[in-house]
Amino acid sequence: MTKSYEELPLTPISDTPSTMNMTGLWRVIKPVVDKSKCKKCTICWKFCPDAAIELVDGIPVVDLKYCKGCGICAHECPAKCIVMVKEGGG
Amino acid sequence: MRSVMTGNYASAYGAKLARAEVIAAYPITPQTAIVEKLAEFVQTGELRAKFIPVESEHSAMAACIAAETAGARTYTATSSHGLTLMHEVLMWASGARLPIVMTNVSRAMAPPWSVWADHMDSIAQRDTGWLQFFCQSNQEVLDTIIIAYKVCESRGVMLPAMVIEDAFILSHTSEPVDVPDQELVDSFLPAYSPELKIEVGKPMGFGSLVKPDQYMEFRYKAALAMNEAHDRILRVEKEFSNIFGRDHGGLLELYKCSDADFVLVAAGSVAATAKDVVDAFRAKGSKVGLARLRAFRPFPHDEIRALASKVEGIAVLDRSYTFGAGGAMFTEVEASAYSGQKKPVMKNYIAGLGGRDITPKILGLILEDIQVAARRGAANDIEWVDVAGLPRRWR
Amino acid sequence: MMPKITIPEEEFTYPGSTGCPGCGANLVMRYLLKGLGDRTMVSIPACCWAVMPGYWPSNCLKVPLLYTAFEATGAAISGLRAALDIKGVEGVTVVGFAGDGGTVDIGLQALSGAAERRTDAIYVMYDNEAYMNTGIQRSGSTPWGAWTTTTPIGTNHGFKHEPKKDIMAIMQAHRIPYAATVSIAHPEDFIKKAERARATKGFRFIHALSPCPPGWRMNPRSTIEVARLAVDTHMFPLYEIENGRVRITKKGKGLPVSEYLKLQGRFAHLTEQEVAAIQMAVDESWKMLLAKESSGT
Repeated sequence: MTKSYEELPLTPISDTPSTMNMTGLWRVIKPVVDKSKCKKCTICWKFCPDAAIELVDGIPVVDLKYCKGCGICAHECPAKCIVMVKEGGG
Repeated sequence: MRSVMTGNYASAYGAKLARAEVIAAYPITPQTAIVEKLAEFVQTGELRAKFIPVESEHSAMAACIAAETAGARTYTATSSHGLTLMHEVLMWASGARLPIVMTNVSRAMAPPWSVWADHMDSIAQRDTGWLQFFCQSNQEVLDTIIIAYKVCESRGVMLPAMVIEDAFILSHTSEPVDVPDQELVDSFLPAYSPELKIEVGKPMGFGSLVKPDQYMEFRYKAALAMNEAHDRILRVEKEFSNIFGRDHGGLLELYKCSDADFVLVAAGSVAATAKDVVDAFRAKGSKVGLARLRAFRPFPHDEIRALASKVEGIAVLDRSYTFGAGGAMFTEVEASAYSGQKKPVMKNYIAGLGGRDITPKILGLILEDIQVAARRGAANDIEWVDVAGLPRRWR
Repeated sequence: MMPKITIPEEEFTYPGSTGCPGCGANLVMRYLLKGLGDRTMVSIPACCWAVMPGYWPSNCLKVPLLYTAFEATGAAISGLRAALDIKGVEGVTVVGFAGDGGTVDIGLQALSGAAERRTDAIYVMYDNEAYMNTGIQRSGSTPWGAWTTTTPIGTNHGFKHEPKKDIMAIMQAHRIPYAATVSIAHPEDFIKKAERARATKGFRFIHALSPCPPGWRMNPRSTIEVARLAVDTHMFPLYEIENGRVRITKKGKGLPVSEYLKLQGRFAHLTEQEVAAIQMAVDESWKMLLAKESSGT
């Protein structure tokens, strides 16, 4: 929505959190966590480039609005409890 | 305090009185005395500021941009190749809407190498969105720096300004200069206090990436600000005149133009010489005048249009050459006059490049020549003045 | 089992940055800010990170950000610090955060000036080893042997034949109080170094290797693995230079460089001899680094 010149600041000032960008739409594969196998090592949370993993009682919960499906969490997980599955189920 | 000083010292005193807080500068002939004097002021504590001896002019302007964004009043000075090296970031400073003030000691561009007076460096920046003031005296240099901060820091402007002094003619020549009291300047120019600045606790990004659907609106705002600068200059200078008792003539200083038939338009120190020539012509009954282009940006469209509608001929002296349909000042004067009721004969004189003297004799010949051109009804013309090998003699 | 968090929990970046999936640079910023905290100001020139906060008005940083011209980072941080000082604002960490091109090539002059002036700021170079933002063109930081779009394979020019510029040695020559290499595969070491940098006054430099999936031609899931291998093969050793003295912070396993190279398509064209040449060069550098550490210089 283009703003009128009168509504703008003098120079572009970025003050809206990037959570406005639904980067989850980029995904072709997404992480699925097997909570029963999770050792709560927190490594997945640590290595997520987008800070899109939240730890709830030590178990990762992926924010699918932002997760880009890079696969780092699944690849680094020592317990191998995260698998990447194709979006759209097939 | 009455003093006798060079244009460079006048710049340094102007920046000091304006209480510049961050000065980032790189030496270049013939600007060096400005930064040396300022370094001295900072060292002795006479000026409470941070002096950054940067490693290039590009970095000088980049440092000023960052410091100004953080809320400090900044100043720098340069010349010629230093100014052109800054070109990228000059654009940045105006796009970022930062009221930086800079002295440019206007000097020729190389090759050939030349350290002498020429306006090419300044003129080449006319697209950058900076206000441009061409000074004719050292007093004007000092005063205009202070005035520029006030004009530029006003909410409706917020654009940077360059105060231009001719290389060696002003920068290194001593003239009487009245250095106002600090208290008086403080009463005229308050501390810099921008609406927005970069600071901890406020996670904002300054100068972000904007898509095609919104860029134009930001540029339009800058254009409006340059228009606003026109009126703001007049208002601020009226205030300055009331407090300090000096008036430098607004954007277009008119000298004996009210009943003139022929007018010379010129900028910088040559305009001061031209006034004497005008007086000599007037003494002989010739009705000529001098319109000094003091502000090239914003361009005094209305003033030129009004002047053009009253005279028979306008001679425009360009101390630079931009390979266009004429010199830069000529084409803008012509453009402004074009939409007027009456179109005088206009001719462009390219003179004084690389420090070539523009003598009173040359100025007299120009004033005679425009009259000849007007009688001929000559179409607009460009004449290079005092070039060896061209048939016409000017000396 | 109790979760064992080994790095500060607080986030100073929002999700939704427009970095590529698996972007190493995203993690460089994430860990850096965890180490520096919120009284930080960041200056970013033209580079991937100038785009990653998103189009205006999106901003993925929770700290103030100044976008600048490409070559100007060293000058910008000098200006920021001067303004803060003259305004009497204390306790602020000024950071210049630039890519390799904007540091070792076009930004080198301003970096050198800022270091020579002992500017009180931290300069962080996130090194994805090419001009990635403009589409993978070679920079002075591209390693010997790498494919890039301006060092394409199978032409007269061939892959990059010049060795990688040693920016840490350049910084050491400026005699700055603190310089360090960091790896996103070792966040604890990274954050400790960021904290140490923050506590040091004067000009500090951090060199972060920033694996780039599209530019290095690798699977995005390998970003951390490749960063780890860079350390373990001694391609990118982890060390500090504090007041001129070298201190290695992770010895690494000493794996053959081929382990590192084989995960990246940008090295796929290399012959056995070329890989051996890389191994020799890396062994030589590692020996020199060990010697610097033990000799105390």
